[in-house]
Amino acid sequence: MRDLGDKAKKAEKKRAAIGSDIDLAQFFDPAPREYLEDPESLDQETRDRLLISGVDVTQQGRSGTYIQMDGSVVHSCTRQEGVEVISIRDALKKYDWVKEYFWNAVQVDADKYTAQAELKLQDGYFIRSLPGAKTVDPVQACLYIDTDGSAQNVHNIIIAEEGSELHIITGCATSPHLRRGLHVGISEFYIKKGASLTFTMIHNWAEDMFVRPRSASIVGEGGLFLSNYISMTPVKSLQMYPATTLAGEGAVARYYSILVGSPGSVLDVGGRVRLAARNTRAEIVARSISNGGTIINRGHLIGEVEGIKAHLECKGLILNGGIIHAVPELEGRVDNVEMSHEAAVGKIAEEAILYLMSRGLSEDDATSTIVRGFLNVEMEGLPAVLQKEVDRAIKASEETMM
Amino acid sequence: MLLVEDLRVEIDGKEILQHIDMEIQPGEVHVLFGPNGSGKTSLLMTLMGYPQYKVTYGRIEYKGVDITNMPVNERAQMGMGVMYQRPPTIHGLKTRHMVNICSGNGGNEEELAQLVNMQDFLDRDLNAGFSGGELKRSEILQLMAQAPDLVLLDEPESGVDLENILLVGEAINRLLEREIHRENSITICQSKEQRSRSGLIITHTGFILDYVTADIGQVLYKGHMSCKSNPREVLRCIDKFGYGECVRCVI
Repeated sequence: MRDLGDKAKKAEKKRAAIGSDIDLAQFFDPAPREYLEDPESLDQETRDRLLISGVDVTQQGRSGTYIQMDGSVVHSCTRQEGVEVISIRDALKKYDWVKEYFWNAVQVDADKYTAQAELKLQDGYFIRSLPGAKTVDPVQACLYIDTDGSAQNVHNIIIAEEGSELHIITGCATSPHLRRGLHVGISEFYIKKGASLTFTMIHNWAEDMFVRPRSASIVGEGGLFLSNYISMTPVKSLQMYPATTLAGEGAVARYYSILVGSPGSVLDVGGRVRLAARNTRAEIVARSISNGGTIINRGHLIGEVEGIKAHLECKGLILNGGIIHAVPELEGRVDNVEMSHEAAVGKIAEEAILYLMSRGLSEDDATSTIVRGFLNVEMEGLPAVLQKEVDRAIKASEETMM
Repeated sequence: MLLVEDLRVEIDGKEILQHIDMEIQPGEVHVLFGPNGSGKTSLLMTLMGYPQYKVTYGRIEYKGVDITNMPVNERAQMGMGVMYQRPPTIHGLKTRHMVNICSGNGGNEEELAQLVNMQDFLDRDLNAGFSGGELKRSEILQLMAQAPDLVLLDEPESGVDLENILLVGEAINRLLEREIHRENSITICQSKEQRSRSGLIITHTGFILDYVTADIGQVLYKGHMSCKSNPREVLRCIDKFGYGECVRCVI
């Protein structure tokens, strides 16, 4: 572990490959928070913020819960057999082998943000489904920022053991009064042979938030990783570029994202998938709406072995000014790969609005019907309960967007 | 039902319709013939209130109300509906949802879809990848749900293959209350008198007349209306002399 510290130290000032550079010194370490035996004791305002990010403190229909406020875990519990939800600090203490996964998929010296997550680690979640365990109800996790001007540095590890099935919904949110802050989040996903993980992340940040998630995943033979990401509320600067390696034969990864860029917001979101084993499949689907903000949509698919199949779909709608910049990349490195992409940036067709109006809808209703359709990505394999949370998040932000 | 008086219409500053007069009584179906580019679709879109078509003179009255400057959705709410020739695709909007929008939350999508053999399309994105005949059936399905009192049909037979044309024709007859069927309570003659739905069909081939009955025919040529008479007679003239004869009328 000392070795990691040394490496991180050396990368402390290393700028990230993409995204604006953030002066990390302007954010302070928040004070510790008290652990809550019962998350229902949180005030209503906080509960509402958690709920729009998919985290329900009543825990109905959830197989486990992790809630972190600023730098401290305030609640964590497991409610069903076959799944484990604890803080990463506890996991490192409890299991000697966790360190094999810690900074394995993500490099600690990748940039100053990964370095900070190591040098100033607060906490994070460790979620693991045991071999063969199939949990139907999702685990919920929330990383909440309450102290204005503070930095949150988390490190999460998610492991779906062989043959298991795990669903996670994670919400990141800020308290209603918070304006400014920093979130640095490391997430490492390990999807073992024959396992499947659906990971749905809903972000609800504040107008002056700086966000730098750093995540990577490794998917084994016959494994499935389905990642859904939604960020529809204002955020100052968000940049993430999760990397996935499909390492085992027949592994599948699907990324879906829904982004809204509000005035003053810069979202630079992408993903890279390395298809490194036979018969692997990858799909990246992004829907972006700019309302005056800037959205950069990246996607990079790399076909390294024969017989892989990958598709990238990136569609943007400029509703009310702003910039949408689509950067789709396909990289085939051998014969017999099948890779494609489809990218489009445009506006709502006047013709479509009038068509709906001629069926009796007002202009506003026609517009929102078309926008809702545009955002209606069919997230294949998503359980109904998570689809409901996704729909709720979209609906909640629709009102502010229109 | 519909009264058009001395209508003149411009698009992008160019006059495309001149001195259009037309009157459609309740229960009547009119057919408007004309070559491509004669202004037929423009007239339909003007009647429906598409904003790019500027009325510079004259007026449109519908159900006794001057609708010349009324927005599209209000005309629809008053009972006007269009069967489009080339409807747009709307991704992410299921046909089922659209039918429900048309019916004002009627909830009878399955039942209506059965009438035009569209059950399998209800859960597909609206018009996405539909064939010519499927587009027409989708349009008719929406109109059956909307149940307008005046239906404007833009080239209903175009792009429909032979297999579909009979089904499309029958569905249009149903939409316009022109199916012939016997009921014990009233005679066919009485049921004809009770028709209240009106239609305006535009066509340049006239093929649709083999499947749908109409009362009055007219020709629109270079923005002018002429030849108001029996639709079959108009069609026979056009068959014999083409639209060339219309040149003489317009001059």
